Amino acid sequence: MKKYYDILYNGIIPSNPVFVLLLGMCATLGTTSSAHNGMMMGIATAVVLLCSNVVISMVKSLVPDKVRIPAFIVIIASFVTMLQLAVNAWLPSLNASLGIFIPLIVVNCILLGRAEAFASKNGIFESFLDGLGTGIGFTLALILLGGVREILGTGKIFGAEIFPEDYGMLLFVLAPGAFIALGYLIAIVNKIRKTC
Amino acid sequence: MKKLASTLPNMIISLGSITVIAGALLGWMYSVTKEPIALQAQAQQQAAIAEVAPEFNNNPEEDKWETTIDGNTFVVYPAYDNDKLAGAAVKGVSMNGFAGEIVVMCGFEADGTVKDYRVLQQAETPGLGTKMELWFRDPAGARSVIGKNPDKTSFYVSKDAGGEIDGITAATISSRAFLETMRNAFEAYREYEKTQAAKK
Amino acid sequence: MLTYISIIITAIFINNIVFSQFLGICPFLGVSKKTSSALGMGAAVTFVITIATVVAWLLQTYVLNPLGLQFLQTIVFILVIAFLVQLLEIVMKKTVPALYQSLGVFLPLITTNCAVLGVAILVIQKGFNLMEAVTYGIATSIGFTLALWIFAGIREQLELMPLPRAMKGVPVALICAGILAMAFMGFSGIKIQ
Repeated sequence: MKKYYDILYNGIIPSNPVFVLLLGMCATLGTTSSAHNGMMMGIATAVVLLCSNVVISMVKSLVPDKVRIPAFIVIIASFVTMLQLAVNAWLPSLNASLGIFIPLIVVNCILLGRAEAFASKNGIFESFLDGLGTGIGFTLALILLGGVREILGTGKIFGAEIFPEDYGMLLFVLAPGAFIALGYLIAIVNKIRKTC
Repeated sequence: MKKLASTLPNMIISLGSITVIAGALLGWMYSVTKEPIALQAQAQQQAAIAEVAPEFNNNPEEDKWETTIDGNTFVVYPAYDNDKLAGAAVKGVSMNGFAGEIVVMCGFEADGTVKDYRVLQQAETPGLGTKMELWFRDPAGARSVIGKNPDKTSFYVSKDAGGEIDGITAATISSRAFLETMRNAFEAYREYEKTQAAKK
Repeated sequence: MLTYISIIITAIFINNIVFSQFLGICPFLGVSKKTSSALGMGAAVTFVITIATVVAWLLQTYVLNPLGLQFLQTIVFILVIAFLVQLLEIVMKKTVPALYQSLGVFLPLITTNCAVLGVAILVIQKGFNLMEAVTYGIATSIGFTLALWIFAGIREQLELMPLPRAMKGVPVALICAGILAMAFMGFSGIKIQ
């Protein structure tokens, strides 16, 4: 039991994909103009990661080593396309706010990274847990960054007003604020990790 | 199970079958989502027309009429209440936004008074230009365009000479583009009225 | 002619791929420690983006659109890019070993560079014709190289700075990137007419 818990927990905090492994930076920076957008992107990525991890661990022994990368890419790209179609059909507003970053989930290094480092070596259930943990870790990181940017930029969190918008620093909603907010968050995480 | 060795036939079979299965799954997913996707696009347009236009009992999309103003296409969706022109929803475009094009569905009453509007598409600066959806319906100061008639009120930002609408703070370019769309949409509606009058 | 100038200026400065579109961040953070490797990476990316854009555009226009298979765009494009990168590696190794020596290490990294896939998809979304697509592809890569090169210069200096331990490395690099992005924001709103 302990082993399974560790796999799940590992992706959330000790090797959080954004703050510790520094993977998937494009989506992290590009879609976190608000906590809500960040959460949606996180969930979308987590869904694809979960599916691809499970399928890759199922077929791992059927894929010869030399063609494993193209095979993984095909599997990941199929899930991304299915997600794209589903979003278009049932959640068109999401498509408008995340835009090009939905197809770009394919090249999110987290997916190929987990496929190569974990799913291609472990069993189905372990891979499922790993995908779940890493997905949750990614989503939480995106919500945190999106939340920080939204509060500093517009005085709101998930659209609920904390302080009047006129006092917000608009910079944080724009591109430079994304880099700066993420930089400070990673520094804070580094500081905490060193002390405990 | 033992891992398959990397021989050429193995590689081809393995990759080939993965691709075929993936392709089949995608084809299935496509056929499932095809209808909802088409419906979504249509429903969005219909909803926007119904929201901004006065009450109607015709099918504005069937009666649509197109014109070109300043090189942009404006589509008039006329609203008829028992064969009497009650106003229209006009889909207008401006290329003069801060970033990319701005598409607005503008609703007019029969006399040209602005009833409502919906910003359908824009890529303005988040937090500045993107406020246009709420700003121009805010009753504070002279921000709102709703209930005003471009014939009587000058639809220019108050910064510019003679303008009577307050633009968004720090987003004058976006505001100008929005008001330009409104003005041109109004023109398109007037033109439509004329062609209809001529027919009779 | 004006459209091409407009595409070039927009892609390099106004909508810089790294600073305003957030694409290609991974290599931007990973390979920007030295100016020389930054230029090497930039050259390799320019090469791949240009070819990938052309191939993707041709496939979209002459295969996917006529067959009504637009929904396969993502999967087809990523396979094209992966295939191109592999092919390029093999060809370069055989024909121009000197160039391979200097660029080779960056090639495998490019498949997962989202700037490549991003540009291929954006070109289709913007409805460019072939010439415009090529121009956009090259200009975007120049913008990417420029960003990488400026940033590498800054990071070489940063190495020598006394910094709090927690800020060293990526955090301070990201904050510098933010300040650079602010500088690039000065270009926004420029219109070429």
